[in-house]
Amino acid sequence: MATRRGDTLLFAKPPSITAFGAVGGKKEGEGPLAAGFDLLFEDNTLQQDTWEKAESTLQRHCLELTLQKAQTTLDKVNLVLAGDLQNQCTASNYTLRGLDVPFAGLYGACSTMAEAVALAACLASAGLVDRAAAMTSSHFCAAERQFRTPLEYGGKRTPTAQWTATAAGCCLVQPAGNGPFVRAVTFGRVRDYEVTDINNMGAAMAPAAANTILQYLRDTGSRAEDFDAVYTGDLGLVGSQLLKELLEAEGVSLDNHADCGLLLFDQAAQQVQAGGSGAGCSASVLCAHVLPRLRAGELERVLFLSTGALMSQTTFLQGESIPGIAHLLELCATKPEGEAAG
Amino acid sequence: MKTDPKQYGSLVKKASPPSPVWKDCLWAFVVGGGICLLGEALRKAYAAWGFTLTDAGAMTSATLVGLSAVLTALGWYQKLAAKAGAGTLVPITGFANAVVSPAIEFRCEGLVTGVGAKMFLIAGPVIVYGMLASVAWGVLWYLIRPFMGG
Repeated sequence: MATRRGDTLLFAKPPSITAFGAVGGKKEGEGPLAAGFDLLFEDNTLQQDTWEKAESTLQRHCLELTLQKAQTTLDKVNLVLAGDLQNQCTASNYTLRGLDVPFAGLYGACSTMAEAVALAACLASAGLVDRAAAMTSSHFCAAERQFRTPLEYGGKRTPTAQWTATAAGCCLVQPAGNGPFVRAVTFGRVRDYEVTDINNMGAAMAPAAANTILQYLRDTGSRAEDFDAVYTGDLGLVGSQLLKELLEAEGVSLDNHADCGLLLFDQAAQQVQAGGSGAGCSASVLCAHVLPRLRAGELERVLFLSTGALMSQTTFLQGESIPGIAHLLELCATKPEGEAAG
Repeated sequence: MKTDPKQYGSLVKKASPPSPVWKDCLWAFVVGGGICLLGEALRKAYAAWGFTLTDAGAMTSATLVGLSAVLTALGWYQKLAAKAGAGTLVPITGFANAVVSPAIEFRCEGLVTGVGAKMFLIAGPVIVYGMLASVAWGVLWYLIRPFMGG
């Protein structure tokens, strides 16, 4: 079971992320993390006639290969927690339409992956599931047509804009296993610092990330330097800089920080402006980079946050500012001392 | 947190890199100017082939619109526009791109509810306010014309 300290839930018996998979598109395959992906597609249509179907296909491949890696089958999965950026979460809904498994759809924009893994860990730790899959995705083309302009429209991107990843990540969470382990989770609080620029999402989300990190450090009495790395979802270049400044003002120096949006793409060479974003960005970086490094023993203990901008096209056009949220996972390679191995 | 939204606003301003204005202007000038040069060359060519100046002008516009539509469909116009900005947006070719790109994008949502309904998603406001401006100018011209000696 878990104990609650402030907003943080600490697992006495940390659930294990037994298997994980990452799937990506063309640009992700040309990026620095290409080798970490399990499956990369040269053609972002994935042989489908719409971008929405392509994203669902991306998710289906991701779930299937994660189960293969765990040497298990879908009938042994008790719950799939999945989300994406499409209106009404249709990428996940239509993926799960073809699969006979209990499903809970989640929406936390780009923060959904940490939210899904955190909920799966809670359920696993309480013994309510033997296997729960946490999965999110995003598709550049599906997101562009929904949130911005048609793909072939001749618009110019601002230097603060971020590039939605065409990617999906999936984690299979179990009450016990060989890790990596989810030691604690902090569900974030919504923070709105009155940023209205839809082309500067990193700036809109940075206060929420700072708030969740501070909350976790306060709740657990830890320091940022206790961790091998602090990963944030997709703050990009601008948001990462702002996160550091916000934390410095609170007396926290973040020297071990890395951002998924800056890891996924080569920011200068791939012309992604301020970096990557999308619900599939932090999900795929978690599964293609962070978890493999924990499993390989290159990292022992990390904080991982996914950050989400919670506006819609409607609220943006009505002049509303952009609320942000960040959920946190404390991940470790081995179980803390005094606990029997799963 | 110690930083309030107002202080944060100034931090955001400092942390956000500005657009490279001079580079953007240069691209816009060269590409936009290039499109206009092409238009002028076409107009002269049509005139040389015996069309009246009015017809040559109309045919030039039609040719540029057709060319932009084809380049949009091939995915090349967007690639050029990503660098040229206003250089490809302002000429008539930009207007064609703004109509053709949603027509392609929303084809999968039906010929009426997709292509038909979304075709003027971007160009629609330009037409609405363009017409409004022409009506306003028409009224103004009607009122000031007697004093202009017309």
